[in-house]
Amino acid sequence: MSTRRTGSGPTLNFKAVLLGEGCVGKTSLVLRYMEDKFNTQHLSTLQASFVTKKVSLPDERRAQLNIWDTAGQERFHALGPIYYRGSDGALLVYDITDQDSFQKVKSWVRELKQMRGSEISLIIVGNKTDLEEQRAVSYETALRYAQTVGAQYVETSAKENEGVSELFELLTQLMLEHHGNKLQHDASSLRLQSGSSGIGISEDIDTDADNAGAAAEQRSCCGI
Amino acid sequence: MEIEQTPTSASDTNSTCEYMDAEGEPDNETELSAGDLYQEAEHAETEQLGHSIISELRDELGTHASKCDGALSPNASAATGQSKDLAASVESLALSTSTSAKTEDRGSANELDDDQYDYQHDSVWRGQKKHIFILSEAGKPIYSLHGNEDKLVTLFGVIQALVSFVQMGQDAITSIHAGGIKFAFMQRNSLILVAATRTNMSIQQLQLQLSDVYYQILSTLTYSHMSKIFEKRKNFDLRRLLSGSERLIYNLLANDSSNARVSNNIFTFLTNSIRVFPLPMVVRSTIVNTIQSNCSKIKNLVFAVLIANNKLIALVRMKKYSIHPADLRLIFNLIECTESFKSSENWTPICLPKFDMNGYLHAHVSYLSDDCQACLLLMSVDRDAFHTLSEAKERITEKLRKSQCLKAINDELEQPFNVKLYQQVLGVPELRHFLYKPRATAQLLCPMLRHPYKSLPEFERLEAIYCSLLHRIHNSSRPLKLIYEVKEREVVLAWVTATYELYAVFESIVDKATVIKYVDKLIKWIEKEYDVYFIRNHATF
Repeated sequence: MSTRRTGSGPTLNFKAVLLGEGCVGKTSLVLRYMEDKFNTQHLSTLQASFVTKKVSLPDERRAQLNIWDTAGQERFHALGPIYYRGSDGALLVYDITDQDSFQKVKSWVRELKQMRGSEISLIIVGNKTDLEEQRAVSYETALRYAQTVGAQYVETSAKENEGVSELFELLTQLMLEHHGNKLQHDASSLRLQSGSSGIGISEDIDTDADNAGAAAEQRSCCGI
Repeated sequence: MEIEQTPTSASDTNSTCEYMDAEGEPDNETELSAGDLYQEAEHAETEQLGHSIISELRDELGTHASKCDGALSPNASAATGQSKDLAASVESLALSTSTSAKTEDRGSANELDDDQYDYQHDSVWRGQKKHIFILSEAGKPIYSLHGNEDKLVTLFGVIQALVSFVQMGQDAITSIHAGGIKFAFMQRNSLILVAATRTNMSIQQLQLQLSDVYYQILSTLTYSHMSKIFEKRKNFDLRRLLSGSERLIYNLLANDSSNARVSNNIFTFLTNSIRVFPLPMVVRSTIVNTIQSNCSKIKNLVFAVLIANNKLIALVRMKKYSIHPADLRLIFNLIECTESFKSSENWTPICLPKFDMNGYLHAHVSYLSDDCQACLLLMSVDRDAFHTLSEAKERITEKLRKSQCLKAINDELEQPFNVKLYQQVLGVPELRHFLYKPRATAQLLCPMLRHPYKSLPEFERLEAIYCSLLHRIHNSSRPLKLIYEVKEREVVLAWVTATYELYAVFESIVDKATVIKYVDKLIKWIEKEYDVYFIRNHATF
């Protein structure tokens, strides 16, 4: 089964979501990545925008990135689950000149850990490095925090086009690795199940995001 | 079921983050409101189809309106006394037009750092032709069309005092006329909305504008969410929840000459209608059929709306439900204000207050294709319907491309104005401008603005003419059927029949017989071409 699915099958499909407070530059990152543009005027995003991009993987396979760019305003917070529920990766964006936006990232991390467990790859993104002189969150602080929660840490400037394409490459790579692990894992658990039918955890593993928390727990006990 | 878990755990997660609040207000309030918002969405989904509150709302509006004119009388003298203060403080909203337009990032801009800044001595601010102020009943500033609302606390204090003074007498303040300025007041759901103007707009027209703004706020927050917030905390700062939406409010209010805009948009608002995108009847019905056939199997889809260039191409609705023109205007406003819809597929919650003021619809918003700038909204009560609707939209675009409908839309879009209408208007050079509204629909036909109304001062006069005509025709105490007026610079006519309302502006040299002849010709032409410029019935899924 695993060989059939990991093999040179159709295009891989990855879903990712950008989360973070308003005005930190989520839309700017996407705009820079998708169209290599930057808009100096800030217009709050009051919706979630869905964009797709085809990318070539290092092993010459093709993958499609489906990216949700969400609204950062407080009142949209409750809609978060719609977008992260089915996602393989999340970019948690903050503004390096704004301490509060970094705290908001922490709250998203907590929520995602609780709802999705290890199902979702996390990258914390410190944006606006072009405003270095106004920096309020040090690189080390952010990096250390990212390491404690098992996330990657990247700094970017959508305005100066620094680190943006690298960011999305890293994201793709993480989701790809995770995808690979998951397939292996699925395969092993299937073997496990067929070996001793009494355990019967396969349903849990195959359920999607909605039961992710539970699934992740189950998995850790059977993944020996 | 799994959806049920999400909100609780989501808010649990949140309540552990005590820093979230930048303003130093208790943080759980934020969390609660977010939670409420979510539950409301859920609640709405179950209730939305159950009952419509449109009629209820209409009743409420009705009572308000009937209260209006007489309401002031018992306290008139007292109110006028106080009004002098207000008038003094806003003393000279001078007639001079101001070119200062409020920019998007007004609040954050470094424009006015001085806390002591006093708008009452700022000639630009005082020179604005129209002001709109929104505050909470507790007196907290929410919005000001011009200037930073934080710097207007003194004025807001006066407004709050006036409102509560009249309220003490079990009455409601409606309007003040002082110093050549009209002040219209409106109180809704813990909000106080005030309009002040020196233009020709009547109090009723100002109030219609205030109610449009009020609905814009509801469209962002929903009625029940806002009520709950104010129940919990009277002095809640609503700006926190409206952040990002200010541009929607601004665009809604700034569509007239007081903001130096010369466009027909203001007339849709004044006539409480929308405009229809002209298309041959067969094209429009092909479009409607395509939407129907690709959406009929989608459960929970309530409305499909196709819009181009601020005009309605097609509307398909769920049986038994319809969209009020005020709701449609909110949709048009949203599309007009959001450039970013053009570059991606979007999923946005939107409350249509006349449809249901307590719940959100979730709208899939996207332009048909890069080569056809018509915007399609598919509105569902299901918040997880994005991908279903996205697929439906793909199919619709494909079909419309095959049936040449995209081309037909583009052909019309590429013209600066509708050719046939233009020819018709050219054929009668003495007819400068008109508004035609069938009484059966809330749709408006008007020709493009041309000389002399392309210049701002002339357009202001046109706007004033229509304001005055509409006001007299729709005056609740003495409605008129026919107005014919020879003014200094134009001849104007307003005519209401059983089937339509017509307002027309002619060159000042024409005589009555000629006007009648031309109007007759125009009406005959419109009746012949009716299905190009109007939609008789909105189809259902």
